[in-house]
Amino acid sequence: MTVDMLIDWFATIGDFPILSFLLAVIISGVPLFLIMALNAMVAVYVERKVSAFMMDRIGPMGQGPGLHAGKWGLLQTAADAVKLLVKEDTVPETSDKFLFKMAPYIIFIGAFLGLAAVPFSSVLQVADFNVGVFYIIAVGSIGVIGIVMAGWASNNKWSLYGAMRSAAQIISYEIPAGLSIIVPIMMAGTMNLQEMIHFQEGNVWGILPNWIIFNNPFTFIAFFIFFISAVAETNRTPFDIPEAESELVAGWMTEYSGFRWAVFFLSEYANMLVVSGLAVAGFLGGWQSPIPGMFDTGAWGLFWFMGKLILLIFVMMWFRWTFPRLRVDQLMHVCWKVFIPIAMFNIFGVGIWKLIFG
Amino acid sequence: MGVVKGDQMILNIGPQHPSTHGVLRLEVMTDGEIVSEIRPHLGYLHRCFEKHSENVTYEQVIPFTDRCDYLAAMNSNFGYVVAMEELMEIKVPERVDYIRVIMGELNRIASHLLALGVYGLDIGAFTPFLYMLRDRERILDMFEYTCGARLLYNYMWVGGVSHDLPKDFQKICIGFLDYFEPQIEEYNNLLTYNKIFVERTADVGVIPADVAVSYGVTGPNLRGSGVKWDVRKDEPYSIYDRFDFEVPLGDGHFGTLGDCFDRYWVRMLEIKESVKILRQALKDIPGGDVHQMLPKKIRPPKGSVYRRTESPRGDLGYYIMSDGTPTPYRVKMRSPAFTALSVLDEVSRGWMISDVIAILGSLDIVLGEIDR
Repeated sequence: MTVDMLIDWFATIGDFPILSFLLAVIISGVPLFLIMALNAMVAVYVERKVSAFMMDRIGPMGQGPGLHAGKWGLLQTAADAVKLLVKEDTVPETSDKFLFKMAPYIIFIGAFLGLAAVPFSSVLQVADFNVGVFYIIAVGSIGVIGIVMAGWASNNKWSLYGAMRSAAQIISYEIPAGLSIIVPIMMAGTMNLQEMIHFQEGNVWGILPNWIIFNNPFTFIAFFIFFISAVAETNRTPFDIPEAESELVAGWMTEYSGFRWAVFFLSEYANMLVVSGLAVAGFLGGWQSPIPGMFDTGAWGLFWFMGKLILLIFVMMWFRWTFPRLRVDQLMHVCWKVFIPIAMFNIFGVGIWKLIFG
Repeated sequence: MGVVKGDQMILNIGPQHPSTHGVLRLEVMTDGEIVSEIRPHLGYLHRCFEKHSENVTYEQVIPFTDRCDYLAAMNSNFGYVVAMEELMEIKVPERVDYIRVIMGELNRIASHLLALGVYGLDIGAFTPFLYMLRDRERILDMFEYTCGARLLYNYMWVGGVSHDLPKDFQKICIGFLDYFEPQIEEYNNLLTYNKIFVERTADVGVIPADVAVSYGVTGPNLRGSGVKWDVRKDEPYSIYDRFDFEVPLGDGHFGTLGDCFDRYWVRMLEIKESVKILRQALKDIPGGDVHQMLPKKIRPPKGSVYRRTESPRGDLGYYIMSDGTPTPYRVKMRSPAFTALSVLDEVSRGWMISDVIAILGSLDIVLGEIDR
């Protein structure tokens, strides 16, 4: 909404359509980038601490405010970012240099564009499309082009393996994810994320909030299929075979160093944010309060949305530090022989449910 | 490897790779993900152990044995001193035998914990690795308390051990065992029964019993294939015939007999058996001196001996030949990890790259011992 609002506002000042459009994009894009960077920094810190507590360790403790020990390592990721910035940026001699340098941008764009449509609250959303869901799914697949580019351009067998695995995995898991997100679209009758969240107002069965996940058994299953597919799309454990460190060293990121690598990292965490955001908006009521009618005004919306988002991201981290990794054929088996049939069945189920009860 | 076919690719795994357990290079012929041939390249860690031993005295060989199997240095020491004592036909005080068994079994637990934890890491589970390392650390603390070293002990000497046990060692060790035994169930819940872990290991990399025997595979890898062979039971050395323990065998728990899961599972069961042995040994340990009176320079009589012992990785054999001088004429070490590695090519064919990592991890090799 922000972009449209800004353009309208500029139009009241004077008639400079191109200039006002550019200004609006920059004004809304810069905070979005800051959110993305901040998200990565916080998420990396949280991931380190979460993994540390799960592993009976204490995690980073050194880099705190004042840069002395005992401040819970709050500035650890800032120190990491500085380290990555000043690191030597190596480009392999035998690589395809143009593609090698392009790949991080493409992956970054994929993650960044998706973030633009995430409805952080009823007003905080950069672009409120009428096809928001479709848009997020579509720009989410841009990243895989970057991954394949990175893997091919590196001229390294590990990178190539990682890229090929990644391409197969992301393209496969987009299908169950897409089929599952059709379920909330059918329920709400819209692809607009704000309208979809407005649909989830009120109660269901008196006690539960009227979130799509609680609407009927099919939506309940659809949420889990969507969430697991989302984990697979972000290449995280147990689906992290493209960058399986014990097999492929670092997969398609093997040859990257310094800030180019940091951009991959940034994009990975932004992707987590985007897919979790879509799951929250589509199934978990978006910025709606879990207690209908209470705490649902003003900034509470942002609070609830971020709360649900953080919960889902925490679950992803929990997965990562608990599960072993699947093999590539087992991964495909789960996708094509388990998830896709169930997701298809879900669509029919929801349709019939709507016909009978809706 | 000969001619590379158009649709095949050679992939070098190692020598710098997270999962080769040291500096091993695997030349893998692949068709996409499918592996058709593996050729391991050894020798990156070759330190001339055997040749070097011919130029030092018999006691000075012991630190080298530490550095062969650095994850079970006590057991490496144990094998060498047992062989030496057989060559010299001396009998050590009973307390020494008990101390050696206690240390050997503790180190077996430590070695298996590392093997299982790293195996989880190979499969992609990070957390169990740190849990197991945490408990291994407590064993290393006990070693440090006893002999001052945490990894390379040089603890067992010909005719004795370097230090007597500290006064409260018994209490500390029993305290550790009481803490440790319930932890095994935690590992099982965390890793062993995990559906993904079972999917990745069951039915993968099956070593049939006859293949295992013909390649000379020993230790938990052989027992995982269902062959009941344990030197501690079948050719008892030291005082192992006094203890009551089982030899765990693979039983195709979740898949075929002799798969990766069986080898993993046998190690897990062996840890339990080691705890059993430790409890008995700690209960019965007699007092006394821990040093056998021996001349400063050991001169074994002319002759040779071959003695095998059960290290955590299998039959660890020492062939020692003496010509009556203070330096050995020849020392040969029969490495269990070497034979385990040799079976890799045969069992990995037709599996995927991820499986090769899983099979290699399940064989639990230590490169220091393979290259010597």
